[in-house]
Amino acid sequence: MEKPIIEVKNLSKKYLINHERGKYVALRDVISGYFRNPFGFIRSKVRAAAGLEKKEEFWALSDVNFSVKKGEVVGVIGHNGAGKSTLLKIISQITPPSDGEIIIRGRVGSLLEVGTGFHPELSGRENIFLNGAILGMKRVEIAEKFDQIVAFAGIEKFLDTPVKYYSSGMYVRLAFSVAAHMEPDVLLVDEVLAVGDAEFQKKCLGKMDEITKKEGRTILFVSHNLAAIRQLCKKTIVLGQGKIAFSGDTDKAIEFYMRNAPEQTNHEDLSDKKREERARRNVLFTKISFHGASGETMNRAQCGQPLIVSLAYKSKTNTTLENCRASISFKTTYDELLFLCATDLVNKDRFDLAPEGEIKCRIDSLPLPKGRYMISIFFQVNNQIEDWIEEVAVIDVENGDFFGTGSAQTYLEGSSVLVKHKWLL
Amino acid sequence: MSQVVTVIRPKKIFHLHDLKELWQYRELLYFFSWRDLKVRYKQTAIGALWAIFQPFITMVVFSVFFGGLAKIPSDNVPYPIFVYVGLLFWQFFSGALSDTSDSLVNNRAIITKVYFPRLILPASSVVTKLVDFAIASVILVGLMFYYGYVPHLAGLLILPLLLIITFMAAIGGGLFLAAINVKYRDIRYALPFFIQLMLFVTPVIYPASLAGKYSMLLAINPMTGVIQNARAALLGTTPINWLLIALSFVACFILLLVGIYVFKKVERYFADIL
Repeated sequence: MEKPIIEVKNLSKKYLINHERGKYVALRDVISGYFRNPFGFIRSKVRAAAGLEKKEEFWALSDVNFSVKKGEVVGVIGHNGAGKSTLLKIISQITPPSDGEIIIRGRVGSLLEVGTGFHPELSGRENIFLNGAILGMKRVEIAEKFDQIVAFAGIEKFLDTPVKYYSSGMYVRLAFSVAAHMEPDVLLVDEVLAVGDAEFQKKCLGKMDEITKKEGRTILFVSHNLAAIRQLCKKTIVLGQGKIAFSGDTDKAIEFYMRNAPEQTNHEDLSDKKREERARRNVLFTKISFHGASGETMNRAQCGQPLIVSLAYKSKTNTTLENCRASISFKTTYDELLFLCATDLVNKDRFDLAPEGEIKCRIDSLPLPKGRYMISIFFQVNNQIEDWIEEVAVIDVENGDFFGTGSAQTYLEGSSVLVKHKWLL
Repeated sequence: MSQVVTVIRPKKIFHLHDLKELWQYRELLYFFSWRDLKVRYKQTAIGALWAIFQPFITMVVFSVFFGGLAKIPSDNVPYPIFVYVGLLFWQFFSGALSDTSDSLVNNRAIITKVYFPRLILPASSVVTKLVDFAIASVILVGLMFYYGYVPHLAGLLILPLLLIITFMAAIGGGLFLAAINVKYRDIRYALPFFIQLMLFVTPVIYPASLAGKYSMLLAINPMTGVIQNARAALLGTTPINWLLIALSFVACFILLLVGIYVFKKVERYFADIL
């Protein structure tokens, strides 16, 4: 029997927390720290050497095992922080594992992020060669496929224009085109399809489909786009907290993934939630809770009934927060945005807030059919993003009498949202 | 069908396989150097002339102030050609050193997304500077014609050796600095200052003989041997000092090994820290 093209054995990856957070240090601070407190410096060094210092470790992946056969298209799904990106980074050799090994029988190409190494000053033509070389193609190979790459990207007219003058759509098309023509034995794809217009996304999916079916290529596809996973992959791995939670048939994997969405997080302390990079974090959300019409706390909401989302926040400083804007968005577990409740959608003026307190958003009649929904929250002060948490909570919605007909289930099960309306008869 | 088998394990510092891999990626070295040259010449209005203009104007200014006004001795050789030989090697060394030390930080977008032997990046910075060196040499040839100097055959033969020494010094020091630059991001601000200071402890604008009995102290700096012997070879200022060349060679070779060792040691964490 043919050996599998990718074999992952007991793979683990450990990060030191301070490595992750501190990112890098200035030598200046290290030196001045030494002079200010020489004994403390020496003591901490000695303690570290003796292993007394408690290091905060974080296992991004622990003991992951799987194998992929040649020609298989395998999806990888998991919630934020489950270890998907770490896995791809190790397979593409960007970062080494802490333990275990991977054997890959063939050439690996990755679409971790399209456009890697594009230089804005160089023309499209020059960037095709440069980018191709960075991705591991030989010069002859690039020259051979040059026309195909240009045609797929549809940038014939702008070949000799520096890419800094390209529209973002053209840029992404060119970048994907180079990567798609690389012809590796194993292709790693991470969220590429989140960029570009809808038409181009279709083209990309089509190209990937073509690559796998015609040329028998192996693909590892990491995405939040469950529809795309379902379309492309037969087999899917679900990662959860650095471990393989489920592996097998895609439909079953997606079902498993949906069933195991992050647990109910009502009343939860939000201090250790993962924040979006861009948030400044001077003002943070501290608590999220859901309430009914009379203020009673709820774990589940009901379709057609009032829902009050209450957000507690706290500022690091003691000054009034001026010019605030807050929003709550409701998404499906497929990561599709259903609707947004933002303060500036319904209130004309922005408002000021005390440095600590609670804000509430009331939806008079919840327009969501039975199902599970993800909630993201966002807070802005003076045009600065202060806090932003994706998938902060999950809420289950029960059937209810949305249309006020006295019957709970008068809508079609497949609807995403419900809209109140009248027929003039 | 020949098949590439990649085995990914926790990284060791050095593996013989690394050398083979470096050879496989030689085209990338070319592309990175090509990119740097192309971008630089596209960004400056006078393009490739910049590589000539820079050492030439420096030579003119130095000749006027140090040679003409300060009357610094130049081993009985016209000062412009004397200082130009020094500048040529010095600018290659200092330019390559500062570019290599920045090479990883400047390319972090690529390092965190794609795998290739990281050594390619600093190496391509040195290659870029080597091209500048070749272009700037044209002026030297002109100056030699103008002043009527004919180099000895032996002199021409040791020039490549001198270049190799400079290459090793620049890349050895550069690799070391590049690796710690990833961790301590303020190195890049301090380095230009130290490079400028080093210019004065290297016999670029003055002959080594000026230091008299302290000239042995200058010889600690490997660039001293390189510049002094380049002058000896091209201009016949002094006999070629083989001992000094050998010493410089050994010193730079050790520097190179240390640089590679430190670089390889830190290499595994680049993508995590950058």
